[in-house]
Amino acid sequence: MSDFTAQTGSVPRTSEGEAGFGDYVALLKPRVMSLVVFTALVGLLVAPGGVSPMIGFTAILFIALGAGASGALNMWYDADIDAVMKRTAKRPVPAGKVPAGEALSLGLWLSVISVAMLGLATNWIAAGLLAFTIFFYAVVYTMWLKRSTPQNIVIGGAAGAFPPVIGWAAVTGDVSLASILMFGLIFMWTPPHFWALALFMKSDYHKADVPMLTVTHGRAETRKQILIYTILLAPVALGLAFTSVAGPVYLATAVVLNAIFLKGAWDIWRRDEAMAEADEYAVEKKVFRFSLFYLFLHFGALLADALWRLI
Amino acid sequence: MPLVETHEIHKRRFGRNFGTALCLIGFCAIVFGLTIAKVREGSLLEAHDHQPRASALPITEEISQ
Repeated sequence: MSDFTAQTGSVPRTSEGEAGFGDYVALLKPRVMSLVVFTALVGLLVAPGGVSPMIGFTAILFIALGAGASGALNMWYDADIDAVMKRTAKRPVPAGKVPAGEALSLGLWLSVISVAMLGLATNWIAAGLLAFTIFFYAVVYTMWLKRSTPQNIVIGGAAGAFPPVIGWAAVTGDVSLASILMFGLIFMWTPPHFWALALFMKSDYHKADVPMLTVTHGRAETRKQILIYTILLAPVALGLAFTSVAGPVYLATAVVLNAIFLKGAWDIWRRDEAMAEADEYAVEKKVFRFSLFYLFLHFGALLADALWRLI
Repeated sequence: MPLVETHEIHKRRFGRNFGTALCLIGFCAIVFGLTIAKVREGSLLEAHDHQPRASALPITEEISQ
């Protein structure tokens, strides 16, 4: 301690590079975690059978921690491209607050701990799915697809779609049609949600050599792809209404929300860049904001139907 | 002048150590709570004591219709 005290005034390098606790939390991408927690919780609560509150809490906690681990691994590997993009330059690794090696070891240790604890708390099917999700996000998406194909968002979106399946498996120990449709709902929702954002956010992915659809295939093609994926999303969302986990609340919600989302995607497809720039991407921004509510309300409706059945 | 100068780095290190301590305490609490939950929901255990018991034998009788 004494040697450290002696250094405080004279070695600014340590002072600049020393990470606080919040920097390590930032490595876990807490905003992404909130979506993971919500969808995994719904998957866990609507699954037949149920678990004790303590086991359910532990399952959600370690599913979230597993998602955080994959976020840390992503930040370790992507430090080079994060450094050149304005949106990500302040992340702990490119900002020089956390050494890349620490991000890697945090990601690896949290992966091991989260998978082992989920397996011990619930079952090894759920733990295996969590391990696969971490692998998929860190290796398949981050290391491979993100830098090689404009379809990176589509296939990489699978990693974000797994949490309700894991939540379901934590209770039942299996994968069912309902949990696959919950996966499909998030999987098909991700491309239109992200591409609507990409249309009005002038990102600097090209500086980092990351192939994004808006850059590689143009904005007109992106608009068409948004419509295609929204059309494909609707039957998946409505199909979930006819499984055992859904009820009248979900069916009504899905019908209304998918009609609105389809109308929004249609409006985006009908526009060109001149029209979009004239009103400062008003439609694209509206559809993006709506897409956030879309997913939240679908899973919220599943929860409402589960509560309805309990009453 | 105080002997130990308080520096911003002390605060950051304290925050990091405090956060780590809370995580460890939380982890211990979770393992404890999980153990209690598992023991409560588990069925009664019967250890093998080298004595034949009805409950430890396989069912051999056919179930009558």
